[in-house]
Amino acid sequence: MNAPKFDTSPKVSDEIRKTTCYMCACRCGINVHMKHGQVAYIEGNKDHPVNRGVLCAKGSSGIMQHLSPARLRAPMKRAGPRGSGQFEEISWDEALETAVSWLKPLRDTDQSRFAFFTGRDQSQSFTSYWAQAFGTPNYAAHGGFCSVNMAAAGIYTMGGAFWEFGHPDWDRTKLFMIFGVAEDHDSNPIKMGIGKLKARGARIIGVNPVRTGYNAVADEWLGITPGTDGLFILSLVHCLMKAGRIDLEYLARFTDAPCLVNGDNAADEFGLLLANEAGKKLVIDRRTGEIAAYDAPGIQPDLSAVHHAEGVSHRTVLQHMADKYLSDEFAPEAVASRVGIEAGRIRAVAAELARVAFDEAIELEREWTDFRGETHSTMIGRPVSFHAMRGISAHANGFQTCRALHLLQIILGSVEVPGGFRFKPPYPKSAMVHPKPHAGVTPGQPLDGPLLGFVHGPDDLLVDADGNPKRIDKAFSWENPMSAHGLMHMLISNAHAGDPYRIDTMLLYMANMAWNSSMNTSGVMKMLTDKDDNGEYVIPRIIYSDAYSSEMVAYADLILPDTTYLERHDCISLLDRPICEAEAVADAIRWPVVEPDRDVRGFQSVLCDLGARLGLPGFVNADGSQKYRDYADYMQSHERAPGVGPLAGWRGSGDEHGRGAPNPNQISKYIENGGFWIAHLPEQATFYKPWNVDYQDWAVSMGLADRPCPYLFSLWCEPLRRFQLAAEGRHRLSPPEHLKSRYAEVMDPLPVWYAPHSPGERGYDVHAVTQRPMAMYHSWGSQNAWLRQIHGRNPLYVPTRIWESEGFRDGDWARLSSPHGEIVVPVAHMAALNENTVWTWNAIGKRKGAWSLHENAPEATKGFLLNHLIHELLPPQGDGLRWTNSDPVTGQAAWFDLRVRIEKVAAPVETQPSHPAQVSPVAKAPRLVVQKSGA
Amino acid sequence: MHPAPSIILFTTLSGIGFGMLAFLGLDAAPPKGWSALAFLFIAFSLAVCGLLASTFHLGHPERALKAFTQWRSSWLSREAWVSLLALSVMAPYGAGLVFLDQAWRVPGIAGGILSLATVYATSMIYLQMRTVPRWNHWSPPALFLGFALAGGALMTGRVSVALWVLPVLAIVQVVAWIDQERREKATDTDLATATGLGHFGSVRAFESPHTGESYLTREMVFQVGRKHAMTLKVISVLLFAVLPVVLLLLPFTHFLVVPAAASHLLGALIQRWLFFAEARHVVAQYYGRWDMTGMRRG
Amino acid sequence: MTSLPSHTERSLGLVIDLDTCVGCHACVTACKGWNTENYGAPLADSDAYGPNPVGSFLNRIHSYEIQPETGPAQVVHFPKSCLHCADAPCVTVCPTGASYKRAEDGIVLVNESDCIGCGLCAWACPYGAREMDPEEQVMKKCTLCVDRIYNENLPEEDRQPACVRTCPVGARHFGDLSDPESDVSRLVAERGGIELMPEQGTAPVNRYLPPRPKDEVPELDVLAPFLEPVADDSKGFVGWLDRALSRLP
Repeated sequence: MNAPKFDTSPKVSDEIRKTTCYMCACRCGINVHMKHGQVAYIEGNKDHPVNRGVLCAKGSSGIMQHLSPARLRAPMKRAGPRGSGQFEEISWDEALETAVSWLKPLRDTDQSRFAFFTGRDQSQSFTSYWAQAFGTPNYAAHGGFCSVNMAAAGIYTMGGAFWEFGHPDWDRTKLFMIFGVAEDHDSNPIKMGIGKLKARGARIIGVNPVRTGYNAVADEWLGITPGTDGLFILSLVHCLMKAGRIDLEYLARFTDAPCLVNGDNAADEFGLLLANEAGKKLVIDRRTGEIAAYDAPGIQPDLSAVHHAEGVSHRTVLQHMADKYLSDEFAPEAVASRVGIEAGRIRAVAAELARVAFDEAIELEREWTDFRGETHSTMIGRPVSFHAMRGISAHANGFQTCRALHLLQIILGSVEVPGGFRFKPPYPKSAMVHPKPHAGVTPGQPLDGPLLGFVHGPDDLLVDADGNPKRIDKAFSWENPMSAHGLMHMLISNAHAGDPYRIDTMLLYMANMAWNSSMNTSGVMKMLTDKDDNGEYVIPRIIYSDAYSSEMVAYADLILPDTTYLERHDCISLLDRPICEAEAVADAIRWPVVEPDRDVRGFQSVLCDLGARLGLPGFVNADGSQKYRDYADYMQSHERAPGVGPLAGWRGSGDEHGRGAPNPNQISKYIENGGFWIAHLPEQATFYKPWNVDYQDWAVSMGLADRPCPYLFSLWCEPLRRFQLAAEGRHRLSPPEHLKSRYAEVMDPLPVWYAPHSPGERGYDVHAVTQRPMAMYHSWGSQNAWLRQIHGRNPLYVPTRIWESEGFRDGDWARLSSPHGEIVVPVAHMAALNENTVWTWNAIGKRKGAWSLHENAPEATKGFLLNHLIHELLPPQGDGLRWTNSDPVTGQAAWFDLRVRIEKVAAPVETQPSHPAQVSPVAKAPRLVVQKSGA
Repeated sequence: MHPAPSIILFTTLSGIGFGMLAFLGLDAAPPKGWSALAFLFIAFSLAVCGLLASTFHLGHPERALKAFTQWRSSWLSREAWVSLLALSVMAPYGAGLVFLDQAWRVPGIAGGILSLATVYATSMIYLQMRTVPRWNHWSPPALFLGFALAGGALMTGRVSVALWVLPVLAIVQVVAWIDQERREKATDTDLATATGLGHFGSVRAFESPHTGESYLTREMVFQVGRKHAMTLKVISVLLFAVLPVVLLLLPFTHFLVVPAAASHLLGALIQRWLFFAEARHVVAQYYGRWDMTGMRRG
Repeated sequence: MTSLPSHTERSLGLVIDLDTCVGCHACVTACKGWNTENYGAPLADSDAYGPNPVGSFLNRIHSYEIQPETGPAQVVHFPKSCLHCADAPCVTVCPTGASYKRAEDGIVLVNESDCIGCGLCAWACPYGAREMDPEEQVMKKCTLCVDRIYNENLPEEDRQPACVRTCPVGARHFGDLSDPESDVSRLVAERGGIELMPEQGTAPVNRYLPPRPKDEVPELDVLAPFLEPVADDSKGFVGWLDRALSRLP
């Protein structure tokens, strides 16, 4: 019985280099273990605020992404027809000079003929800065087809939203309710939070047509009908208001519920909130009965007051809410069949929310002072919290649905309180202090201001004198006026149609528009290859930057190869999408833990070079020389405002944080500290942030704001009402005639619900949605030898009702058709699924020839996309117009409004449609992977 | 279970080889001289080839000698030892038969018993697998020994013995198939015990850990068309028992021993293929593929 | 060697919480990453980018659907790796002694230099815990990260299996199940931890914590008082509002 001897204390690695993950959008801290100068093993960084040492399946497989055979190796120019995948490698000099020769004439004449859109870009504050310097109005990232409804609704309503804007108070919440969340964003923090709740035995309610992942561990699952979440939520609001189970004190003090709505039907301001000359909203002070500015010291805003003036009664927002939500149309019995949840269960959920919020309220012994100067000895907490993501936002009613959810949170008094939902700095931040969008083009000059932002009303739209959109994606136009993130999904179809105008050159970064990042994928591929009467491509020039051989590469004319995430500099900046915690401000970097072994460059460094070659202001010194050597140089030396730069830690001589002069040793400081910087909030500033003077002052000291900006939550969304006023003819601008009735319906200043699908889709009765698998991020995972074994193909999951009625059996295939097209795919049975919904995993299907996969890889032969069934435009409805398949408020792509018909068919050889293989621009992948850098 | 050709060949051929050796060793009046040489050559070839075939199944055949170390606990190790002993005893005994015209009784009987013990040890490798209910049953020793004796009798030209053994073997095989079926149905391992989730409701496999195959699914979740199971069984019995018996009962028996043995061998190979292909491993429960494995439902 | 120790000083193992596991596969690839770089041969992947990729993994996540008698179907994510059985059949079948169970902590290991790749141990295991490496052709299995848990080159807090360290929801717990006072033993006692396939007689060390009861809607009549209407319409609501506000401090 002599056990073999072996070393149980082997040396783990030669060195640990700490940087930031990029296997998804979570931005966890990672320890990269190095052996013999090579990446050997990746694990989570225990000190990092985002993940505290844990790491998901994707992050732990980072080494296989870093070593992917699909990595591009050098700049390339197209050598065959577009889409073929035939390329020829060129030098960086040739690549950059080619780009300059295309872009320089556009900059000097008309920058709107250039469009710059980025996909899963984590440097948007930099790329937008570049676009602004170039002077084009056509810039956006992927938010428009991702979750802009969530972001915009949150910011317009309460100055922040889910994901990077905030998170539940994981340590105190007792009831956590999630809507439409399937991995999506913030994946590790949510998992860690769920772990905390489970360890405490706190309760989780999941609302999702599909019961996987987080919904699988939920104590209660509500398999809602897609697109009806808003109706369900407003029914909860109905129950709570009717029972008087709402937080009156919270509503009176911190929201616009007591603000007075102009009741003068004859006035141009009808339906806006009454305000004084300084623009301050007015309330009635309960102590005096007099009208007063909402923030007057010591006042007690009255929720039930009516202000009578000049024969007109102006009632409070809360009274308007009562008018609307107490109506029987929101009674559980009235909505049950549409939402697919029994009335009794709706009431039970409402009762439970109320019970936990009010009967299990918590109180922290923490003194704080509000913006009216009143000091509170404790912090009252409502321990119910919510999270929602794309499942509710990717609908044409998503903006109002997200607003409805915030309304629910707010009437329960559960935002920015102990146990509830908490903002992460630099949020909360009112929509009214965000920049407005700009599109003022002057040849040879920068744009007249930041490209994206928040409109306050029709005056801020980016339309010309005739009402035509100024942007190629028609963002901030009458069609989708509050499109805060742009509409990347409309870029190619608009550019192809020349509507609103033609463009010359398109620069895309990390956006797989020729595959999973487009609706109508087959159509988009055609648009990218279409030629005009002269034999020229309709979209003349496409420059694309990506690290990998994605489907989109084949459709570009010039390829600028990016690095892997372990070979690059990046800043996860407070100016951008930061990684803060509710009680701390934090930012982070990526740095090259290894140097590329290929002729590739970080895209942001390439933009520094390109910006200098084009002479863009901000990218050249006074003598015309290149200002930023590379992105690392920009990260350290750029100042957005005096003392405020991309990285907030170790500024000045290394001991200033938040504000301070640029520090040439800043990046080394970050590396020494494990790749991130963090500073904690003072204890008295940790809750009630929008109204807490200590928080407001701290935010200013950190450079997060220029001055204290307390504000009220906006249950009454005035920008929406201003668009309605324009439609009613009470504004100098007016929307096109065909939009007026729609404005009346969807631009309601209070959250409303309307059916998301168009009447043209009759006969297509089954909902079809996708869910993000936890072990895959968009298209990236398939090139990963480990992850693709977990998800190498995707069946269409069919609920029991349809499974039985169609007579499906294991191994069967089905034709799925929408008014726009059809696909033929393998099916599988799932019982834990809304009975009228089919679904599949997102972005597993791949085109043959892409991602360095074998042409017969299951991703191409058995995997599929639903995208083929979804059009950018809705089917014609007899009014001669083709409405866009997006939210009419924000332009968010309405992916999840898809309705289909399903029928059993004989098994084909492979999934349909099957596109011909692209020529792979990279070398053939190896058959065998034996990864051991220590060997 | 995956019916690996190397294992099918190994168990079938070595079984017949050791069966022949058993008859040659136990026979009170064994053949001698050239005749003994011929029989011994065939027996040793089959036994040794079978053993060599088994090494094709190994990931590291060069380390095969290590398999002799664990005779205290491992039936495979015991099989290695017993087969080596059987061959080492039968070799000098055989030399005596061939070259010295001597039939030493003690080594003969010892070698014969060791030869049968080898076959028994082989069968015990399967019988001990609680994870494969069809094998965890009285039938592997009975069948392995039965085929060894039948094949051995045929191959050593013992017509009268073969005429006894073959019908008995056929009956044992049919009973074994029926009883294996019962054994498999009686197994108390199902998806409920595999997951421990049975008391919550009915459990169904939803998603596999991997969308393609793995070592486990290839090795132990073998799937094959079930339609022909019964046909194959009938063909197998016809070939390994019925046809040989008919041939042996015909006149001019001695000439017909060769086709009878060939028929038997073919039938035995089919029987052995079914022995693996029909056997279901409980791990298939985890993949929700228990009902799809084996060939039970024709 | 292939004889099992009559007694182990400790029984190290995992307790896996099925109520908490969200099926993210983090433990799967963290395990693959550590064990490809450490104990024994790397975990290879054959046909890695081709039509039939098959790699060796030591830990896999299944998922199951449960249909209770009443209420909606449930989904349970189910991680599975070696259960380090006290009565490990994989050990006793090994002809070379490559498979063994350590007397000091109960970990079942394969000494790869002695493994002939016969596959019998994988046949003997009812749980599918062993996989032959497609390249090295030796049997791979969970080592409970024996080269982490005692590794003096790792900080104390990291001396736990890679799967446990990485699990984002904290559904995996590591400890000594022979010690009734250990955290893992307490969890098993509190939550009614179960063993898999007890009828196979393997006496597994690892335990699974069953999912908590789900979809149990509280009786409505209990809740009704909480949602007693205060008003039927907007007008009544304003009246209630006045009364309610006057009661506020």
